[in-house]
Amino acid sequence: MARKVVITGLGATTPIGGDVPTMWKNALKGVSGAHTLEDDWVAKYELPVHFAARASTPATEVLSRVEAKRMDPSTQFAVVASREAWADSGITEVDHDRLAVAFATGIGGVWTLLDAWDTLREKGPRRVLPMTVPMLMPNGPAAAVSLDLGARAGAHTPVSACASGTEAVHMGLELIRSGKADVVVCGGAEAAIHPMPIAAFSSMQALSRRNDDPEHASRPYDRDRDGFVMGEGAGALVLEAEEHALARGARIYAELAGTSVTADAYHITAPDPEGLGATRALKAAMFDGRIQPEDVVHVNAHATSTPVGDKPEYAALKAALGKHVDNVAVSATKSQMGHLLGASGAVEAVLTVMAIYDRKAPVTINLENQDPEIPLDVVTTARELPSGSISALSNSFGFGGHNAVIAVRSI
Amino acid sequence: MASNEEILAGLAEIVNEETGLAPDAVELDKSFTEDLDIDSISMMTIVVNAEEKFGVRIPDEEVKNLKTVGDAVSFIASAQA
Repeated sequence: MARKVVITGLGATTPIGGDVPTMWKNALKGVSGAHTLEDDWVAKYELPVHFAARASTPATEVLSRVEAKRMDPSTQFAVVASREAWADSGITEVDHDRLAVAFATGIGGVWTLLDAWDTLREKGPRRVLPMTVPMLMPNGPAAAVSLDLGARAGAHTPVSACASGTEAVHMGLELIRSGKADVVVCGGAEAAIHPMPIAAFSSMQALSRRNDDPEHASRPYDRDRDGFVMGEGAGALVLEAEEHALARGARIYAELAGTSVTADAYHITAPDPEGLGATRALKAAMFDGRIQPEDVVHVNAHATSTPVGDKPEYAALKAALGKHVDNVAVSATKSQMGHLLGASGAVEAVLTVMAIYDRKAPVTINLENQDPEIPLDVVTTARELPSGSISALSNSFGFGGHNAVIAVRSI
Repeated sequence: MASNEEILAGLAEIVNEETGLAPDAVELDKSFTEDLDIDSISMMTIVVNAEEKFGVRIPDEEVKNLKTVGDAVSFIASAQA
């Protein structure tokens, strides 16, 4: 019998709230974190996209000046969210050799990398900061969280584009089940609202261009969706072996019942139109968690609001849940906070845990004319979830054909 | 040309910016590593910032000789002369 893993701490810093209570309140209300960017580089580089969803609380307002100076913005978000999750868990004593970190990012220290490149070209090699390498490395967030909490059972960085955050939660479960750790701080962080990634995502036609109306740009499942909205921030969860949590009398949010990761092996960016890889991931996560389709009451969908992405996820949900798919309350929370790329899965894991714990499904905004080809039961006003034992799924898919799913069950 | 007092004040400002140490903790007889707990990466950042502030060049091989704040002040003063 595998060790049971529970979730005892949550943290987040996002475009709709700088901590979990604020984010959750807004997620149930339905707000938009997307706004016009005021940065001079938008006009300077004539970017085709003029808006994004910035973190509502800048990390530099939470961290000390000296801390922030030595961290890329992605790492700053990771530290902010993991400190909240750690404090929330109430853990006061832990065997640090049995505490691990699995903290993901999709892109890593892109600000640091490109700032250093600018410095090299404008001022020469002497002015390139000595902290450049530890700040730009993709394992920077995991390393900083490990250092901050004294986690010595390994600090891991799963990288699978927009599935990274969910894959980090998957890795956390595996670390505890395999006996390599008793407690894992897992999550994902991203800070890529920089002109280069905006230009690059634009050139592949992935971003919404609704420049005159940013708040309504992210509209998963809507007929008029035209791309995703860049977001930034981090999400973090404290996972704990059940016996460890019970021994210290912890408040338990939910059980992390099962997870899975699959690959499409279909196309480097396009999702498999039939959603076969996603279907296998959904079925495997449910099997892993001993969850039947009828147990599932809620799905936090990947649903990025791109014309091609939202449909295959529906195909996968239908294949994995069968007729029961019609009874599931589906939330597309990227409608509110945009797409946090490598952090999105972690933030959505936090939202999924809150949905199970609070028994409420968060809101999908901007759904005016639902795509008739995606007849899901989309939650547009906060909805109560049933009493009794309930389960929820959270999906993430990433460029490269990565599919990751977690299954959360009520305690 | 800055006086030794001005160099000390300027260095203290740079050290404060990099490490958060109070500027008045940066005294002539303090060792960068032993007393001020400044690691080699921070030291290189301080050196490069000092080069820009005082318009001098501090060669990499010279940095290991700058054990105390006073060593750095003397080196910068002589390099400016």
